[in-house]
Amino acid sequence: MSSIHAHTVLIVAAILFVLGLAGALIRRNVIFMLLSIEIMLNAAGLAFVVAGARWQQPDGQIMYLFILAMAAAEVSVALALVLQIHHQHKTLDIEQLKELKD
Amino acid sequence: MEQYLYLIPALPLIGFLVLSLAGKYLSRNFIAGIGAGSVCVSALITIILGVRFLQSPPGTVYTQLLWHWFLTGHLSADLSLRIDALSLIFICIITFIGALIHIYSIAFMRNDRDYARFFASMNLFVCAMLLLVMADNLVLLYLGWEGVGLCSYLLIGFWYETPANYRAANKAFVITRIGDTAMIIGLFLIFKELGTLYIPDILIQSTQHFNSGSATITLIALLLLSGGIGKSAQLPLQTWLPDAMAGPSPVSALIHAATMVTAGVYLISRMHTIFELSPLAMHVTAVIGAVTLFMAGCSAMVQTDIKRVLAYSTISQIGYMFLAMGVGAWSAAIFHFFTHAFFKALLFLAAGAVIETLHHEHNIFKMGGLRKEMPVIYYTFTIGAAALAALPLVTAGFFSKDQILWYAWSAGGGHPALWALALSGAFITAFYSTRLILVVFWGDMKTTPGHLPSGIMTVPLIILAFFSIAGGWIEWPHNLLHISLFSEQVQQVLPVTQLKPHLPEEIVFQLIAVVVSLFGIYTGYALYYRQSELMTLWRQSANVMTVRNFLLNGWRFDQLYDTLLVRPFLFITRINKSDVTDKLYTGIADIHLQLNKLFSFFQNGSLRWYVAGVLIGILFIITLQLLL
Repeated sequence: MSSIHAHTVLIVAAILFVLGLAGALIRRNVIFMLLSIEIMLNAAGLAFVVAGARWQQPDGQIMYLFILAMAAAEVSVALALVLQIHHQHKTLDIEQLKELKD
Repeated sequence: MEQYLYLIPALPLIGFLVLSLAGKYLSRNFIAGIGAGSVCVSALITIILGVRFLQSPPGTVYTQLLWHWFLTGHLSADLSLRIDALSLIFICIITFIGALIHIYSIAFMRNDRDYARFFASMNLFVCAMLLLVMADNLVLLYLGWEGVGLCSYLLIGFWYETPANYRAANKAFVITRIGDTAMIIGLFLIFKELGTLYIPDILIQSTQHFNSGSATITLIALLLLSGGIGKSAQLPLQTWLPDAMAGPSPVSALIHAATMVTAGVYLISRMHTIFELSPLAMHVTAVIGAVTLFMAGCSAMVQTDIKRVLAYSTISQIGYMFLAMGVGAWSAAIFHFFTHAFFKALLFLAAGAVIETLHHEHNIFKMGGLRKEMPVIYYTFTIGAAALAALPLVTAGFFSKDQILWYAWSAGGGHPALWALALSGAFITAFYSTRLILVVFWGDMKTTPGHLPSGIMTVPLIILAFFSIAGGWIEWPHNLLHISLFSEQVQQVLPVTQLKPHLPEEIVFQLIAVVVSLFGIYTGYALYYRQSELMTLWRQSANVMTVRNFLLNGWRFDQLYDTLLVRPFLFITRINKSDVTDKLYTGIADIHLQLNKLFSFFQNGSLRWYVAGVLIGILFIITLQLLL
């Protein structure tokens, strides 16, 4: 474990996070935005795990379990919402879903 | 007798109410009967009252309390009437001349569409004027004062379809309002100082409360004087009266010659103790009177509209009254009011008859040759003009004006300069009276007369002509005959005129006045009857014509006020057309609207924008954390 430097993994986590963020900002499809958010969550989880390994503490892994559970819950709610959106608007393009404008 | 006092103003008021409420449904004869009848009955009651008054011991005062008007704090105002010698003279003039003018109007206004409205306004005027002179407190007096102003406005603008007429009405109302405002401030000051507005109390208390010549009393006197100046069309505020001739001739005769314009004279003589406590205010009154009589006389010389000649002449004659009051010759002022009311009303009524007969022709140079055509009008007008010119011994105007001329020099506040102005005024008056007679009635006929005035119109003229002659005989100069019925009555109320010591003989002044009047008449005769070459020479000279136009426009006071006051005011209003003060508040609202637009741009409903916003916010906070 110690052969992998913590900061290398943190850089990977940061790249993952930025990728997810960029996806959330750029993609127009709601499902892809959800995927991007999952990537961001995983990036955060990776950072926690690395931190736990770095200090030889179990907290990081416990946090990752929490994030995993939260992500599963989030996805189930979000997918239900996506289904409803598709039902009501016949589209998943986020640029056309602007009912809260003004 | 006292319990019938209320009838004098009440009858015209009833006339007004009936005519204004039911005027549409009444026949013309009935309207005339109510309109003229109410004032005639008032006049009868006044005459009976006057006879009783003369029989009663000197110093009698009739009072009648009708009801308490209001009572707030220390201020109490009653609707109560009070008649002493001074008010009685005014009431007599108002009701008697008012009745004659109403009778004349029956025929004069016969063909007018708004017959009832005319008589309603006239009756309301008589009522308000009577309240003004019968009031025993200044609040009621002010009610009458504003009432006559209102009626003056209504009647000047009687033919309101012509723009010039309602403009003249507005002008009269606004200009007199300047004086009225000053006057009510004066009333407030009196109440603040003395705690009462009951006239007899004011007269008694002011002598105890104020030192002679103190600043407060001078201020009060000057404020009251301003009120009088506005109403009586004296110097700074005189410009409304010539334009007020837009009203029908009976209105000019009643309101703008005989009664309302002399309200200023009444106010000042009523408040005489206040004025006597302030020598400065007395001097100002005298100087204003003297300058006004001269300036208005000069303007009267060159007017071409017959009614404007008479209007300027009225300003000038009221100037004589102010001069007399200013020098302390109270009874002379009231006597001139008395005679002036007769002959000026006569002149206006006769002028109205002439205008009516000549198909509404106002220009005197388009009249002429009416001497044979309308003899009654000619003779009565001549008598009126002779009284105006103060033709010695035969006319009423002579007796009153001669007194004023004498007192302008000899009374306590007299001064040779005032006398000189008054004397030149006498010359001018004689001159333009002669000019009026010669141009209107002599020479060649230029407009063919229409229907001659009927008997209803000529009888009041004859009665007025009689009084224009005989009215003066009740008061003779002391050195000629010892008849002073008038001043005996007036001096029960007003102080006796104090003379300066070491004076020249009165007869010298009388002779000078007589010579000057006769010379004025002769000058008019020479210039306008014999058509002297001087006249043609003047007509061609540019300088003379400049002066003539200057005088014709009333010394260009209108233009002066236009540049000094009206234009700057209009300029400010134009700037303020879109409400400068509001700009501040609309500005605040505008800023908020702009901000609202800016921020609502961000709420575009796009999720990706929101994400970006959150990102920027987080980055911002993190940066802050790192930096600080």
